[in-house]
This record gives sequence, C-alpha cells and structure tokens, in this order.
Amino acid sequence: MNQARANPLNKFAMHGALILYTLIALFPVFVILINSFKTRKAIFREPLALPDAESFSMIGYQTVMKQGDFFLYFQNSLIVTVGSLFFVLLFGAMAAFALAEYRFRGNMVMGLYLALGIMIPIRIGTVAILEMMVATGLVNTLWALILVYTAQGLPLAVFILSEFMRQVSDDLKNAGRIDGLSEYTIFFRLVLPLVRPAMATVAVFNMIPIWNDLWFPLILAPAEEVKTLTLGSQVFIGQFVTDWNAVLSALSMAILPVLVLYVIFSRQLIRGITSGAVK
Amino acid sequence: MQKPRFRWHLVVFLAPAVLVYTAVMIFPLFNTLRLALYSKVDQERVFVGLQNFQTLFGDPNWAPAFWNALGNNFWFFIVHMLVQNPIGVALAAILSHPRLRFAALYRSAIFIPTILSFVIVGFAWKLILSPIWGIAPSMLDAVGLKSLFAPWLGKEEYALTTLALISVWQFVGIPMMLIYAALLSIPEEILEAGEIDGVTGISAFWKIKLPLILPSIGIISILTFVGNFNAFDLIYAAQGALAGPDFSTDILGTFMYRTFFGFQLQLGDPHMGSAIAGAMFAIILVGVCIYLFGIQTRMRRYQL
Repeated sequence: MNQARANPLNKFAMHGALILYTLIALFPVFVILINSFKTRKAIFREPLALPDAESFSMIGYQTVMKQGDFFLYFQNSLIVTVGSLFFVLLFGAMAAFALAEYRFRGNMVMGLYLALGIMIPIRIGTVAILEMMVATGLVNTLWALILVYTAQGLPLAVFILSEFMRQVSDDLKNAGRIDGLSEYTIFFRLVLPLVRPAMATVAVFNMIPIWNDLWFPLILAPAEEVKTLTLGSQVFIGQFVTDWNAVLSALSMAILPVLVLYVIFSRQLIRGITSGAVK
Repeated sequence: MQKPRFRWHLVVFLAPAVLVYTAVMIFPLFNTLRLALYSKVDQERVFVGLQNFQTLFGDPNWAPAFWNALGNNFWFFIVHMLVQNPIGVALAAILSHPRLRFAALYRSAIFIPTILSFVIVGFAWKLILSPIWGIAPSMLDAVGLKSLFAPWLGKEEYALTTLALISVWQFVGIPMMLIYAALLSIPEEILEAGEIDGVTGISAFWKIKLPLILPSIGIISILTFVGNFNAFDLIYAAQGALAGPDFSTDILGTFMYRTFFGFQLQLGDPHMGSAIAGAMFAIILVGVCIYLFGIQTRMRRYQL
C-alpha cells in the first residue's frame, strides 16, 4: 500500500478533527439532556456536571407532565407522520410504476410535471392552502397536515421510486402477464416487494421533515387537540421561559423520540443517502 | 390489428398522486400568485394588478422591511455557502479515507443535529448562549477568551450571523453525507493512476477528487439556496415572529408570516402575504434556473 495514505501523523490529525467536530455536534444535546435531570440550583451552579445523588431531580418532568399534554401531541405527530408516509408511499409508488412501466403519450410531460415540486417548496402556496382548508372545513384537523405533507413528499418519492422500478426485470413482469395476472396484481405482488429498500429510503427521507415541521402545524392546525409535538413544545417552552427545569425537560422529551427513531433507522437513512438515491 | 383498449389501470395508478399533488401543491401555488394581484377594499376582493408588488418594493411603509428581509436572507445564504459546505466537504473527505476506523460512528454522530427539530435547536442554543445560564461565557473563560463573549443573539449586529451559524451547525450533515457518497463512488484505479504520477494526499484531493465531486457540490448549493430562501422555523423558534432584535434577523419566511397573519397592531393581509410569496417564488425560480441552465449544463462531467 502507498505510504502517503497510511501516514500515522495524518491519521492522528484526521481523528482529532473528527472527534472535535463530533463534540461540537453533540455538546448542546448532551448539555440539555444532563441538565434536565438536575435541580434548579445545580443547573446554574454547575451546568456541565453530570447529575449526582444530590443534584438529581425530576421536577422539570413533573411540571411538563402536569401542564402540557405531551402524550396527545406525541400521538398527533405520530398519526400525521405515519399517515402522510403511507399516502406518499402508496400514491408515489403507483404513479412511479405507471411512469416507469408503460409507454403512453404524455409520459415525459407527466414525469416533469410531478418532478417540479422537488425544487419548489410547497410553503410558497401557504396563503391559498389555508384558504382552501378553511373552505373545505379541514382547518384544525390532522387531515389538513396529512394532505399537505403527502403533496410535499410525492415529487421526490415518484422520482426516486421510478428510477428503481426501471431496474425491475421485464421478464418477471411478462411472466406474470403470461400467467394471466392483472396489472394491479403485478404491481402489488411482484414489483412492490422488490422495491422495498427504495420505499424505506423514501420513508426515512420524508419522516424527519414531517415530524419536525413547525410552519404548517402553526398555520393549519394550531388548536390544542391537534397540536403536533413540535408545535406543542414550541408553545409550551414559550410559556415556561423562566422555568428552566420545565424547559430543559420539555426539550429532552422532544429530543428523545427523534433520537430513538434515528437509532432505529440511521443505517437505512445513511445507506439511502449514500446509495445515490438523491443524485 | 385491433386498436388497443383504453388502459384504465394507467389512470388508476396515476390519478391519486396527480390529484393530491395538483390540488394541494400546484393549484394553491398558482392561486397564491393570483391572490397577489388582488387587494381587499371595503371587504371586497378587487383586482389591482401589480400594485401590491409596487407597494412591496417602493412604498416607504413596506419597502424597507422587504429589502431588509431580502438582504438578511442573502447573508443567511452566504454564511451557509461559506461555512456549511466547506466544513461538509472537509468532513466527507476525511471520512471517505480508506481504512479509517470508527467512520460509521463519526458519521452517525455528526448527523444527529440534522434530525432535531428547529424548535429544539433554537431553544437549546438560546439557552447555551444565554448570559443568564453562562455556559458559553464560562467555556470561553476556560480558554482565556472571556472578553470575547457577548449576548450574541440579543445584539443586532451579531444575531443574524449567530443564527446562520446555528443553522450551519444543524445542517452540516447533509452536505457531508452527499459528498461522502460522491467520494466513495470515485474508482480506486483513478486514484492509483494519480499516485503513480506522484499525486497523493492533499494534492490528490484538490486535483483529482474535487473536480470529480463538483456536480455534487452544485446540487448541494442549490439545495442550500432553496432551503435558505424558504427558511422560517429556526428564526421563529429562537427569536419569535418579530425576528428581533429590531428585525435584524428578519428573513423572507418570517416577513411573510407576519404580513400574512398580522402581529401586534398590524392586521394580517393575505394579499400582501401572497405578494411576498410571489417574490420568494421568483427568487427560488431564478436560482433554480441559474443552476439548471447556467451551472449544471456547463459543468464538466467525467465518465467514471
């Protein structure tokens, strides 16, 4: 092997740089988490110390549990995210299959039309979206959010999934056709299982922005019973700015679900990004 | 031969996606642009042509706020381009080094801020930079730089840059991952050919790898551009809808939100809000067009 690429000094410097940046990336999360378990005095006296027997306190979490309806928010976020992902994947895969599998007039145009939304953020249309949701009575329902996120996720989903569906072997589909399977059966039974990895990639890409979005919950569904976790913690923290225990605990409770999801899905996510699905 | 039957399954497959996408995304987009040409006079919607845009760009009550938000937004973007993308490329270059140990661990850890919501990020940094809590000043004190500390988020001259850097901290993972993927796809033979010609180490990065990953850097730049010009959440979470202190952190997203919904004494105005959305749309469109026709087509792509 080449000497220059295995220089021990270089290696040392590389690890140093990576460790330094990792610390920068994790430090704020770490500080928030450890301080959420401390008494108010300890938070201010020694912000960087780990909670010990003396400074340990759950008072912040107790306030949060008493004052904020975090389970409801969590449930709303979960419904919106899972619902949107379901429709993005189902509708996106169906459209991607139509574009990848059949030749028809307007195929190109349809593909370009659906791809427009990759670059143009849906937020630009907020004024008219709100007007429409008010007119249809969907404002302050979770459906409003699910519809918006479905529309937002579809362009990239169709784009990525159709790339993958072009790689599914024609022989397989034609064998199915000779056996008399309908186009629907071919799609649901033969093609969908084969593009499952791509579907997972699309799901993971969409999951984080939907879960973390503040704009649409704030505008389309600000009512108490449909608040998402992101909006709920924003409002809660806004009300409790001076109660540091409560704020830190609320932040930690908002961080944890995402962190858990990330630990579960990070391999999928990183594989998705690095497999070049977004090139 | 008989004419093929109408293929109903095509309609069934395409209809749901096309309907939802058209109804919730494309139609409201154009409807918003249309609403920008109207105004409310005596409770009635009147067509006023481009007057809203004239007000936005030239009226003494509106124009300063608009140009302020636009200028801030450009600064926000420039900070991202100058800090986020070089750090992302550098991290990716180190991570893609063959036989680096713990690469997966570093990669996952550095990506964590990207998955957190703006609310968490905004408040967490607000607390850390807060002079009341004192984490930032005491850490600076530890390295003897305490005199450098200032309440960065509260000072007009620093607040915007501070927020931009917080956003950089949050999103550095995205360029890192995309560049990392691009670097991994460079064939080993090319690097070895370079080594035979004596191009190794740092110069191999500048002379061989960087030209090969330029298309990915282009994609990252346009993603950053679009993301920054429709940013809102972080500013709102950290500084509120008023984008304080004294509007020094106001960007187009927060300006549109305030205009649309109203704040304090000013009533919400959907038509002016639409006009701002129209301006944002135009800016993003220009950026995307410059990228697609000016940069992407001219960029040299190497057949790997």
